[in-house]
Amino acid sequence: MLPRNSHAARARLLDEVGAVDQVGVEERVAKFTTRSIKKAAKVWGLLKAVSMTDLTTLEGKDTPGKIESLCRKALRPHEDPRVPPVAAVCVYPAMVSRAKAIVGGSKVKVASVATAFPSGQTHFRNRLAEVRGAVADGADEIDMVINRGAFLSGDYSRVQDEIAAVVEACGASALKVILEVSELETYDNIRMASFLAMGVLRPGDFIKTSTGKTTLNATLGNNQVMIEAIRDFYTDTGVAIGMKPAGGIRTAKQSLQFLIAVKETLGDAWLTNKRYRFGASSLLNDLLRQLEKEKTGAYQAPYYFSDAAESY
Amino acid sequence: MAEKRRAHARPRPSLIFGDLWEFDPAPETADPKIKARYDLFIGGRFVRPRSGRYFDSINPANERKLAEIALAGPADVDAAYAAAAGAFRSWSAMPGRERGKYLFRIARLLQDRAREFAVAETMDGGKPIKESRDFDVPMAAAHFFYHAGWADKLAYVAPGRTAAPLGVIGQVIPWNFPLLMLAWKLAPALAMGNCVVLKPAETTSVTALKLAEILQDAGLPPGVVNFVTGAGETGAAVMGHPGAAKVAFTGSTEVGKAIMRQLAGTDRRMTMELGGKAANIVFDDAPIDQAVEGIVNGIFFNQGHVCCAGSRLLVHEPVAERVIARLKNRMRVLRVGDPLDKNTDLGAINSKGQLATIRRLVAAGVREGATMWQPPCRLPDRGFYFPPTLFTGVTQSHRVAREEIFGPVLSILTFRTVDEAIEKANNTPYGLSAGVWTEKGSRILRMTSELKAGVVWANTFNRFDPSSPFGGYKESGFGREGGRQGLLDYARIS
Repeated sequence: MLPRNSHAARARLLDEVGAVDQVGVEERVAKFTTRSIKKAAKVWGLLKAVSMTDLTTLEGKDTPGKIESLCRKALRPHEDPRVPPVAAVCVYPAMVSRAKAIVGGSKVKVASVATAFPSGQTHFRNRLAEVRGAVADGADEIDMVINRGAFLSGDYSRVQDEIAAVVEACGASALKVILEVSELETYDNIRMASFLAMGVLRPGDFIKTSTGKTTLNATLGNNQVMIEAIRDFYTDTGVAIGMKPAGGIRTAKQSLQFLIAVKETLGDAWLTNKRYRFGASSLLNDLLRQLEKEKTGAYQAPYYFSDAAESY
Repeated sequence: MAEKRRAHARPRPSLIFGDLWEFDPAPETADPKIKARYDLFIGGRFVRPRSGRYFDSINPANERKLAEIALAGPADVDAAYAAAAGAFRSWSAMPGRERGKYLFRIARLLQDRAREFAVAETMDGGKPIKESRDFDVPMAAAHFFYHAGWADKLAYVAPGRTAAPLGVIGQVIPWNFPLLMLAWKLAPALAMGNCVVLKPAETTSVTALKLAEILQDAGLPPGVVNFVTGAGETGAAVMGHPGAAKVAFTGSTEVGKAIMRQLAGTDRRMTMELGGKAANIVFDDAPIDQAVEGIVNGIFFNQGHVCCAGSRLLVHEPVAERVIARLKNRMRVLRVGDPLDKNTDLGAINSKGQLATIRRLVAAGVREGATMWQPPCRLPDRGFYFPPTLFTGVTQSHRVAREEIFGPVLSILTFRTVDEAIEKANNTPYGLSAGVWTEKGSRILRMTSELKAGVVWANTFNRFDPSSPFGGYKESGFGREGGRQGLLDYARIS
């Protein structure tokens, strides 16, 4: 059902948050990729990226054993004592209690996707129930998906009301709102959706690019549009929202480029896992590999790192 | 939706751009292969100046001597013109496809030695290595490639008419883009079948003389291109030489006028690419962050040593506060320092003299009551540096809004209506470039037709391409460089 005033609503929202020029954004982020990070700065960035990782497994074939392995790795990614634990493990609701049993009491949080991830295409009452269930099982953080159908039809109040209801269902757990940028398609839409979400979030909640289940996920471009929205929302309201790019960040080099974007857009206060996360599964081993390379000067074979999918 | 929170918001939250994650130095280490001493390049050979005199070229980043450059006197300029005249007959008669081969060779040899040239350019002129590496050198090669493609298609450059070369061309280029300006001047002249006597700028001769080595390697016939080095007197000798069929000059309006006075009454053709005081106009519907990026790119690119720099920002009053706040945040993360560091955004000011000019005009801005702002930044102890600077509260009659500063200094003015923006933008003796930032296509079309500027960029700034003609209105000069139009300026059409 298309609300009668959807066009006016879109025009109003776009006018309020301001438009984004695609060519300009992509030129801006290309500059981050030319930064040259060496030596101590590189090690600092790699360790920081480890501490910001939401180590993720979201597959139908996930087993309790795989969750346990993931959690052990999250707590102690590498034998090198400099390497911190990751920020969180990110799993499906059915795996929350298993994960909580292992990482509970440590610094590592349990994050659970909910709200009929990744499509969100089920009754809202069921989506809310899923959130409550995951929180009851011990999830410290909930990763929800927005109602893209409502957003694209211009029914912004519905999008926002649903997020607000999930915030309430989260209780003390932090919320990460997945915009699923590849389904929003334009940077204008991404900026508008960011503001819709931030308008009902609490300080310390996050907005997040993607589910990782579509073809295009986190890019420097959509990361930039979202962190600029966070910056503008913060300077206007004083409310600091976090950011989580997810999906497609597989290499240490990519993660450093994202961190440079954060440093130069949001500044030092966001260079912490309280405000910036990477949703990734294979990124962690590349970070560890690069850290070993910085220490020893040589790259190690994949089998030196636990849970490595690659072989040789 | 944000209203609820605004009520109990803290006063003006600000961002912290500190040193939590300080980058380690990342110097470019390729060998620039700069010789201790460079002679003149006349008749295909390096020859000593008749006077026997040399002057020093220094690295503005640390004030150390880089090389000795020959000082050409009138006799040397005569010799260069004689060599060019001697080469003209066979060069102009050569089939275009043969001339094209030489230009292709020059372009490829330049690409082969791109890193070496980028480092040399940065050491000689002070620009950040990322710019010489990603812009100057590749763009110089692109100009040779583009014009190489024209060399065998000259029959089609002026449909229904014949394009013939003019003869010997005298060219004088500036210090802001030494190699690129050289390519802009050389490539179309050669493609058309002309021969050239060129004088690089006094402070930045090194890459021209390194290119002379490439010309030798490419087997370019002796005398087709000659480089005479020196200061203003040498330039005047090149521009005023009776052997020139045409002169092409890029530099200050003041010197351009002197050349025009000198040549008035002769039949010599001229192309003048002179100063500018471009307006970068931001409307309230513009994508603000991208406009801010365009403003930064417009005025801080190459330390603002750009004739088409967007040195006047005209911003629509409703968004002025927002644009300035975001611009300041952006300026706080600009990295000023060692030009050879790959992370440097603003390098060294080209010369002590230019630094003094910038300081003088900035002091005038402060004295006249404009508000100056600079981000906190550490400048190196030695060398010529100036922090990125902006002025607010500027009016049309402030000196910083009228005179070309040619440095990293932005003057910000506001406007309320489209007519006012056009009036202010055109209220300058210059007319080289302008920028328009708006989401509204029809407004872009109106602005482009009413702004008196040779180039108008829409939702971008400082964007160049060999196929796109570049040149000025009013006291910014005449004639075009690049594209078919630039080529025709080196031809006799009949």
